[in-house]
Amino acid sequence: MSDAVSFLPKHPPVTDWVNDFDHTDPRWTENPYPIWDELRSASPVVHTDRFLGCYMPTTYEAVRAIANDTEHFSSRRIIVRDIRPEQTAKAPPITSDPPEHKPAKQLLLPPFTPDAMKKLEPRVRAICNELIDEFIADGKCDAAARYAKHIPVRAIAHMLGIPEKDGDLFIKWIHEILELGIKDQQILMKAAEEMDIYFAGHIEHRKTHPSDDLITTMMNAKTKDGRPLEDDHVRGSLRLLLIAGIDTTWSAIGAALWHLAKTPADRERLVKEPALMPVAVEELLRAYSPVTMAREVMKETTISGCPVRPGNMVLLSFPAANRDPAMFPDAGKVVIDRKENRHAAFGLGIHRCVGSNLARMEMTVALEEWLKRIPEFRLDPAGKVTWSEGTVRGPRQLPVLFGKTA
Amino acid sequence: MAKLKIHVDQDKCQGNASCKSLAPELFELDEYGNAHEVGDGTVPAGLEDKAWLAQTNCPEIAIEVTEE
Repeated sequence: MSDAVSFLPKHPPVTDWVNDFDHTDPRWTENPYPIWDELRSASPVVHTDRFLGCYMPTTYEAVRAIANDTEHFSSRRIIVRDIRPEQTAKAPPITSDPPEHKPAKQLLLPPFTPDAMKKLEPRVRAICNELIDEFIADGKCDAAARYAKHIPVRAIAHMLGIPEKDGDLFIKWIHEILELGIKDQQILMKAAEEMDIYFAGHIEHRKTHPSDDLITTMMNAKTKDGRPLEDDHVRGSLRLLLIAGIDTTWSAIGAALWHLAKTPADRERLVKEPALMPVAVEELLRAYSPVTMAREVMKETTISGCPVRPGNMVLLSFPAANRDPAMFPDAGKVVIDRKENRHAAFGLGIHRCVGSNLARMEMTVALEEWLKRIPEFRLDPAGKVTWSEGTVRGPRQLPVLFGKTA
Repeated sequence: MAKLKIHVDQDKCQGNASCKSLAPELFELDEYGNAHEVGDGTVPAGLEDKAWLAQTNCPEIAIEVTEE
């Protein structure tokens, strides 16, 4: 699934990470953790002139300070790129600042509560087993492409009320928007346009055939003054739900399976103690957080003693915050039964992930069902694990063999 | 053991819901998935460990645990 993305001339290989970091460098893609450690030991906030100027907070405290400061740091841009077009594609509430943010977010919260997730859980369990049925007899599979990828696609499609079989189309758009589109504006715009047309068709259909799903919820939503939402808002939010709901969870499930494939002790413990799964899921989310966000600096300020100037972006790395030893003892290790885990994988502050309960449920069920049917598995020594580029990190190829080592 | 009381700061709570998962007897979630303490927040005997666990796992540090 991962295409090779060519370097633009303005992305020479990094020689000085502390003063010139580049999260699109293949070494970061392959293994970012030692790089983050190096940056963190240099400063709580580092800077590069790449991407038209970009900071990266390296500590949990610096990340938290920025996430909670919507006055100095705007969400109108949430991806770090080489260009900054005047018009940014709106996707409320992720691109909203206060005061627009709260009402836009509140519209989306009720369908994603833990209770709402309990109702969806049986369908997700069935999806997991349907997927496993297709490859279990092979004795091996690419766990990213054949399993992790499809669970969130089908689950969010189910919630939105769009056909689960359109899953490959959604995966194509996500790849174009979150990976290829970072460096190619044309690809990004075309994918966004296709998505809008697709959703417009579904919206039109529901005008005469209302349904009990998220698309109908958005169509019927009203602003505080009782008016229906602008078309832009509805389309942006639907696009957000589809994108946010897929790549992220797919990555988290994949990274968890990667960890379990190469760590028999943790795998065996989870098979023996299934009640440990919720705690394990939180630790896997901490250690392998998939999502990095961004902000645009609007006004000058200081973060952890470091001056931060407008005109710059901020690479808001929740994954790096989750590896901060000042916050987490043994931060670099997966402690599968970690009791105190105030991790930031779902963000911090007002933009905290709307879909976190869905993500947790999917991840828990995906791992439970996999371990029930494939309790023993390992990385295929003849295969290669590859990681996604861009804003969301997870394995895109994860070849595993079932059963004990020969 | 001292009597414990918990309180969720509604301005800080962002709906992480770890508290509900770790200490379901002590917290309730509203329609937005945000948490508040059950009743007046008095922690029944035997649930003190769960109260502290919920507090240390809140990313927004929204849970206050006081001893009476």
